[in-house]
Amino acid sequence: MTRVVLVDDHQMFRTGVKAELGPQIEVVGEAADVDEAVAVIGETRPEVVLLDVHLPGGGGVEVLRRVLPSPTRFLALSVSDAAEDVIGVVRGGARGYVTKTISGPELTDAIGRVAEGDAVFSPRLAGFVLDAFSATAAPVADPELDQLTAREREVLRLIARGYAYKEIAKELFISVKTVETHVSSVLRKLQLSNRHELSRWAAARRLV
Amino acid sequence: MTSNGIARLDRAKDGRLVAGVCAGLAGHLGLEPLAVRLAFVALLAAGPYGYAAYIAFWLLLPERDEPKGRRDLLQLVVYALLAAGLSVVTGVSGVAQLALWPALVIGVGAALLWQQTDRRQRERWSTLTRGMWWRGLLGMLLVVSGIGGFFVQKVSPQQIPQVLLATAIILTGVTVILTPWLVKLWQELDAERAERVRSQERAEVAAHIHDSVLHTLTLIQRRAHDPKEVARLARSQERELRAWLYQPKSDSSQLFAAAVKEVSAEVEDTHGVPVEVVCVGDCPLDERVSAMVQAAREALVNAAKYSEAPAISVYAEVTQEGLEVFVRDRGKGFDLDGIPADRMGVRGSIIGRMERHGGTARVRSAPGEGTEIRLELKK
Repeated sequence: MTRVVLVDDHQMFRTGVKAELGPQIEVVGEAADVDEAVAVIGETRPEVVLLDVHLPGGGGVEVLRRVLPSPTRFLALSVSDAAEDVIGVVRGGARGYVTKTISGPELTDAIGRVAEGDAVFSPRLAGFVLDAFSATAAPVADPELDQLTAREREVLRLIARGYAYKEIAKELFISVKTVETHVSSVLRKLQLSNRHELSRWAAARRLV
Repeated sequence: MTSNGIARLDRAKDGRLVAGVCAGLAGHLGLEPLAVRLAFVALLAAGPYGYAAYIAFWLLLPERDEPKGRRDLLQLVVYALLAAGLSVVTGVSGVAQLALWPALVIGVGAALLWQQTDRRQRERWSTLTRGMWWRGLLGMLLVVSGIGGFFVQKVSPQQIPQVLLATAIILTGVTVILTPWLVKLWQELDAERAERVRSQERAEVAAHIHDSVLHTLTLIQRRAHDPKEVARLARSQERELRAWLYQPKSDSSQLFAAAVKEVSAEVEDTHGVPVEVVCVGDCPLDERVSAMVQAAREALVNAAKYSEAPAISVYAEVTQEGLEVFVRDRGKGFDLDGIPADRMGVRGSIIGRMERHGGTARVRSAPGEGTEIRLELKK
């Protein structure tokens, strides 16, 4: 059983998500804005928070800023396709990002993965990350953080192509665990790198 | 009286003695007309600038919208006598001739400023910035003491330093009074401009929502009996709204990524299968790149028509080496060798087209495992 808090300002959406989540998920709390979210998370101490990017009171990023560091893990959920929203919330500390069009079983699966400390990338997020880290003239200050390895790039491209982790593992002749390691490593770089493109996106949303 | 209890500054028509200036000021400042009138009498007695101030108010203030009242002639006579008597006294003692011009200028300037700023703004000043009144008081003190300098001294060449000092004090006073007001005024103008921009944006959003979203919602209600059509309408509206909200205006006749998105949208609309598009990088369209987009379109149409997959993924990437497009579905798949040679779709429109333009197309498919078509074009 994974204990989850839903944070979204649309009651209808929260109800829909609750109905679709699998039996291995227990929704222990709900919140509709930033203050409420911080309070509910503090009270219920969930394993995973499903966090809407656009929230009254400063957005999902503000919730992350006020709650982290914490053992609770965050999965961002949004209708937005804007790169700065997606990258912003992941750099704010979310362990992954999925769009609201995701199916119930996929979401259940993603929550389970985040609860175990892995990262969850939607195809779109993978595309943004590839774009942001793509070879440009931007100077590389810290190769350890500012560049993706060839393998990480391969994994991301497969995610962007719509492959599930299992399919990626099969395609690259590696284990699912190794795929997860690569994705987590990309997530770490995404959160810690000071690459120019990332800073630009972040700055547009005044995150850094 | 206005709704919030503060009267605007104007000239009274009811209860006036001469032109209604004093009664109007008293109403605005919340004082007894008697006090204002006595102050004016003192000003008149002190020299011509009292008259100038009165005339200035007379000209600058609008008349209050109310029926004319009868003048109390007895009161008028009393005030006139009082002013005349005092004038004789001050005229004989010869006070205040020197202070005429500075006082006149300051008085008219202050009156103008007060008149031109609107009432609500003045309220904001008085409520938000109580501290400013202390500044105002300090400024007034400086101005008055500066004027006092003129009063006391008869100017002679030796006294020029004192006159300069007095002038400097007056100027400092005026600056102290006016600077915060001007700063505030400027800030409020700025805020007002921002508000105007925002309201324009809101109007644009409203217009867009009306033209597109509301229209689609109406259509959806009308087609409620046809789930497939409803889904198609909703999806197409969603895509349009997304493009409008999140994507920079791009011209699909110019750029690769936009063209890929456009053909994907077209297939989604025609065949009612959701297409998820992810693009990385971009490049201008030329003949070869356009051919590649057309091949991708053909792959999408095939997937939509035959795969029976619930959704299709498109991934398009532009790197320094070249362009790649992947069209993937999790549908029923097929055996490429089993396709009859006369079926143009895959062989002609996709593989053939790519090869004619110096690219490659590879089909990976197996019955039950879906299909992925990979298009590649080296730069």
